[in-house]
Amino acid sequence: MAKWFIRTTRAAVAIVAAVGMLLIPTIAAAEYGFDFQRPVTEIAHDLLWLHHLIFIICVIIFVGVFGVMFYSLAAHRKSRGHKAATFHESTRLEVVWTIIPFFILVGMAYPSTTTLLKMDDVTNSDLTVKITGHQWKWQYEYLDQDVSFFSVLATPQAQIHNEAKKDPHYLLEVDKPLVLPVGKKVRFLVTGADVIHAWWVPQLGLKKDAIPGFINEIWARIDEPGTYRGQCAELCGKDHGYMPIVVQAVSDEEFKTWIGEQKKLKVAAAAAAERSWSKEELIEHGKEIYNKTCVACHQANGKGVPGVFPAIAGSKIATGPVDGHLNIVMNGKPGTAMQAFAGQLNDVDLAAVVSYERNAFGNNTGDVVQPSQVKALRK
Amino acid sequence: MATAATAHHEEHPYGITRWLYTTNHKDIGTLYLWFSFAMAIVGGTMALVIRAELWQPGLQIVEPGFFNQMTALHGLIMVFGLVMPAFVGLANWQIPMMIGAPDMALPRMNNWSFWILPPAGTLLLLSLFAPGGAPQAGWTLYPPLTIQMGMGMDFVILSVHMLGISSVLGSINIIATILNMRAPGLTLMKMPLFVWTWLVTAFLLLAAIPVLAGAVTMLLTDRHFGTHFFNAAGGGDPVMFQHVFWFFGHPEVYILVLPAFGVFSQIIPTFSRKPLFGYESMVYATMSIAFLSFVVWAHHMYTVGMPTAGELFFMYTTMMIAVPTGVKVFNWVATMWRGSLSFETPMLYAIAGVFLFTIGGLSGLMLSITPADFQYHDTYFVVAHFHYVIFAGSVLAIIGAVYYWMPKWTGHMYNETLGKWHFWLTMIGFNLTFFPQHFLGLAGMPRRIPDYALQFTEFNQWSTVGAFILALAQLLFLYIVIQTIRGGEKASGRVWEGAEGLEWTVPSPAPYHTFATPPKIR
Repeated sequence: MAKWFIRTTRAAVAIVAAVGMLLIPTIAAAEYGFDFQRPVTEIAHDLLWLHHLIFIICVIIFVGVFGVMFYSLAAHRKSRGHKAATFHESTRLEVVWTIIPFFILVGMAYPSTTTLLKMDDVTNSDLTVKITGHQWKWQYEYLDQDVSFFSVLATPQAQIHNEAKKDPHYLLEVDKPLVLPVGKKVRFLVTGADVIHAWWVPQLGLKKDAIPGFINEIWARIDEPGTYRGQCAELCGKDHGYMPIVVQAVSDEEFKTWIGEQKKLKVAAAAAAERSWSKEELIEHGKEIYNKTCVACHQANGKGVPGVFPAIAGSKIATGPVDGHLNIVMNGKPGTAMQAFAGQLNDVDLAAVVSYERNAFGNNTGDVVQPSQVKALRK
Repeated sequence: MATAATAHHEEHPYGITRWLYTTNHKDIGTLYLWFSFAMAIVGGTMALVIRAELWQPGLQIVEPGFFNQMTALHGLIMVFGLVMPAFVGLANWQIPMMIGAPDMALPRMNNWSFWILPPAGTLLLLSLFAPGGAPQAGWTLYPPLTIQMGMGMDFVILSVHMLGISSVLGSINIIATILNMRAPGLTLMKMPLFVWTWLVTAFLLLAAIPVLAGAVTMLLTDRHFGTHFFNAAGGGDPVMFQHVFWFFGHPEVYILVLPAFGVFSQIIPTFSRKPLFGYESMVYATMSIAFLSFVVWAHHMYTVGMPTAGELFFMYTTMMIAVPTGVKVFNWVATMWRGSLSFETPMLYAIAGVFLFTIGGLSGLMLSITPADFQYHDTYFVVAHFHYVIFAGSVLAIIGAVYYWMPKWTGHMYNETLGKWHFWLTMIGFNLTFFPQHFLGLAGMPRRIPDYALQFTEFNQWSTVGAFILALAQLLFLYIVIQTIRGGEKASGRVWEGAEGLEWTVPSPAPYHTFATPPKIR
């Protein structure tokens, strides 16, 4: 038996070595993340410290207990002629190894409790941002500044489908990041529009579920300017892996300038809705909106996913009356993944995307929808 | 006359009717175990689809929707199709033999509780072919996402009901058997630990499964009959589902792992040639774990935004579970201490099971710390944690138990060399798959994503290589089991030098009917 054991052990070691050799080149080339990302808020620092504390305690316990076990495995073998002892109980030992872990746990609970109390204190904030999770994008509303926008994945489909080289921030880049001032206590109100999402930026030490019908509160005070990336952490359907979060922390002055620009953009968009748009303009802009907003479900070829997401190519809605088409785009279809886009897109965007859908994918209806038509429907 | 009567008892029908109509605990145990193995192959194949897609960033093999179907079904199949039926199979084979009973207390119900399983499993798999495919919402089935799913979701709801009914019938049978059919003189505090842990598990099942049935029924009525249990817009509460689900879900974790503790407590004393250390404290620790498992559920949902007092309560109760679990590990180590150890395959599985399960237990302690959990929650750290608990705890125990008792079942010794090969390949595959996932999670990779940022590539590749080694190693297991059934060195009645207990007093293979007259207990 012992011989077999040695031989199999030797074989196992050989296999480990072989697999190891295969992996060594990748080890050398890789930037490995073994631990939390570098924290940039006080809370995230506390969490890293707490994580290390608990981890080290666990490792000490583990090494202690299994040190004893491995000593026994080596020393008390039958093959070495060790005779079994007969003891099989000791009340004193049982009490000892019940009480000692209990006190270790109390020691761990104390710093955990104080950190939790600090995290849950959302009072005295300088700025409030409402975060809404949608399938599959984030909406940010600066409640006091009257600024709001959607933030969607900016990684091109070609990179996802391996037709183009992947950027360094593959899947972790968005069209419009959440811009926040450093040194200010920012309170976030987190909610969901359709299903449950979770807003998570590891470097800020924040993760909170975005639940329809609930508003959760969290806060962060960012120490230094920079770009911090995160992802949705709660499974929210097909494109759960494709709704990243990018936070751009800037100085307070830059933040104020940025807010000013956002307000000007809003005025410009309202003006654009007043004029009449040409068919080419609408289709070009509509294609852009489609590829950002609709493509996840209805697909780049407009054919949808059979049985799950309906096609736009040749569909009754996209080739039927214009009003019916506008209605479903603006008001959505309850009980399905089709959202109401009236609140997400402005008049120009809606007019353009409907015009595009009615003329793309072989739908050649020739119809053009003007922003003014959309505006009229909003009333 | 006597011999003729015995011979008559040994007869059983042949062919398909033997298995369809059987009320024999050994036949039913065999059915459960084979069903479980078939499900392991299906669920394992799904895991390989997941790992193959995650080999590198970008979408290569499957689309995100199908990927989500794989993660949901893999979870459901492994929990309800592999681990639970395997332990019921072991209970069927062993409990009557370990307590000196001729069979289970309710043999016809036993047949029924098994034969619900194949249709339930089939229904679960058929959901893949429903319009829209299987649910894409994970095994936890959280609404409102599950309200959006296609008809496949209804297949899964019905399947979960059937699996639940089977489990409840099985546990009633196990409780009735243990409480009524013990040989005279075998008091509760003399029962083998495997019997004890199953008794406690059966009560957990009785309490937890109906709660799950309630939760999925509410999903069904929300989907089709206009109720709004979980729809905030209709006055419902999506978080309530999570509370109800995890009120089932946390005891479920111990349903999967307590019988494994029982298996470790049988195997370790045998190969240490020394009685189990701290028998009584083991029994009380099992009961404490079972009790605590009902008051910790919300630690699965720290991020939903509970009041601070609630989060503190669930953090403290969860940390408390470490105490009785620690007692068990200490007792196993103390059992080995100054024993006369030998390392046959079952012992290797038991040692590895205790060792690796403790890694999962300690990462569980880390997860119990509410503030730190905000970083761990829904990342690969959690995936690594529960595979260290469920694979290293439950599945290694199941495999170890099969090696331990297979000579008793078949009358043949398995091939020890191949057994050790199987063990070491499983160890390499398992640790290579799941250990790097700790790092992935800490570094920020969310779970349940089909595609990932570039910095996660290397560890994902390790993990994928490991998963294929792990899966292929299990084909070796199948070969070993078939080889042992068909022949091999004859096993003695006692089988193992250090084996203690009633099952080792009958010949190997165990006769079709054992203990027609109860044995005498010293």
